[in-house]
Amino acid sequence: MQKPVTLTTTRKKINLPIDKLLPFLIPIIVILLWQVSSTLGWLSSSVLPSPIAVLQDGIELTQSGELPKNLSISLYRATAGLIIGGSVGFILGFVNGMSNTFRLLFDSSIQMFRNIPHLALIPLIILWLGINESAKISLVAIGTMFPVYINTFHGIRSVDPDLIEMGESYELSKHQMFFKIIFPAALPQILVGIRYALGVMWTTLIVAETISASSGIGYMANNAEDFVDMETVVLCIVIYAVLGKISDLVAKSFESLLLDWQNTGRSNA
Amino acid sequence: MNNSMITIKNVNKTYENLTALHDVSLDIKQGEFIALVGMSGGGKSTLLRLIAGLEKPTSGSVQINSTDTKSLIQVMFQEDRLLPWMSVLDNLSFGSKDKNTKAHAKELLDLVELGDYADHFPNQLSGGQKQRVALARALMSHPKILLLDEPLGALDALTRRKMQDLILDICQKQNLTTILVTHDVEEAARMADRIVVMKDSTNSYEETCPKNRNAGQIGIVADRVLGEILEEPEVQQQTA
Repeated sequence: MQKPVTLTTTRKKINLPIDKLLPFLIPIIVILLWQVSSTLGWLSSSVLPSPIAVLQDGIELTQSGELPKNLSISLYRATAGLIIGGSVGFILGFVNGMSNTFRLLFDSSIQMFRNIPHLALIPLIILWLGINESAKISLVAIGTMFPVYINTFHGIRSVDPDLIEMGESYELSKHQMFFKIIFPAALPQILVGIRYALGVMWTTLIVAETISASSGIGYMANNAEDFVDMETVVLCIVIYAVLGKISDLVAKSFESLLLDWQNTGRSNA
Repeated sequence: MNNSMITIKNVNKTYENLTALHDVSLDIKQGEFIALVGMSGGGKSTLLRLIAGLEKPTSGSVQINSTDTKSLIQVMFQEDRLLPWMSVLDNLSFGSKDKNTKAHAKELLDLVELGDYADHFPNQLSGGQKQRVALARALMSHPKILLLDEPLGALDALTRRKMQDLILDICQKQNLTTILVTHDVEEAARMADRIVVMKDSTNSYEETCPKNRNAGQIGIVADRVLGEILEEPEVQQQTA
């Protein structure tokens, strides 16, 4: 009987500590240069406040409760919008991907609607829904729906027909065919859609909160601009960057968890 | 007593204006190993797909003579068609509803000498190993008929030879009715009881292979079949 080959991941790893630290190198260098420039007076605080000043502002706003309140409302809007938009996008992508009739009926209209920049809908949504929560959540939902739709649709449509035929030869039921073959085969593409949707989610929320809101990080930044509060403006931008990075990490973790088979490979043939 | 397992009668298959099969009739006995050979476009794979039930004939009939109706036929394709997100063991057991599926899958993995690879994913296996998993999967449902659609076409010569021996051994031990589609006439001459040449969309020639054949006999049969495929007049005269 043959012995199994030694298994390794296909991605070559550098020594572990360097591997972990390398992604933080450039942000750390940028922050250090930024701080040094501010301390030596090369960078005026009216142009860009120092990182320490921004950090202090963040601490003060946290202690006052303003930052946690605005952060939580922004997170709520983003999550609710993503869940609604992602679900609708997934269901439409699934239905159109699985059924030619539904595809012929819906896809052309959806593609037409997709080509309208969703941020152009802001005036219309304000007129319809005002500046309350449902307006901002709707905008995020519309923005996130299309990436999930497109990727779910194409993920399902591009499943290897050989695998479908194999499933048919094993007399799989429609339910088994979907859960054992079609969905796992489409999953990498669906996750790409979700990852892209996360980026759209934050962009949409920033714009929506800046234009029409009385709370949230975008509102905080807009309000700070009115008072020429540079520290808070920069703090809000940094918070968006951090939230975006956290979203990306969450998406990557999902990919690692659900697509672990992609990271396995043979060390020798 | 008629021990015919598959009866193909006057089968025609057309795709729009293209004739893939024309008036094909063939009788295949239980336990027989048939090789379908011929040039590309001769109708070999189409005939196999009709027998597998993956397509329907335009006219004529393909009759499977068995009281068993469930999982009677299994197909092994040139591409392994393993599900990359499932382990080897899960790839074997996913289509089965049997309670003892896992144990049976392990037995079959041992049979194809991959018992230690049950928890591996397909992308951790070589081409030959993947084809052995595909063979084990095809045997999972205890089929009576095994259809092999150029399953060894992408393998190197040595692996191919090992797989030929393995398939022959399994088919003989399990008394499987086997139909092999191949471009390799030597492979056909080595493995089959009977070789059917598919040419111009019909079965134009048949050659019964001697039992316990040696390398010389395999070569002679292969040359004769190749001659029929290529229509070499000299070889046809020798046959006559």
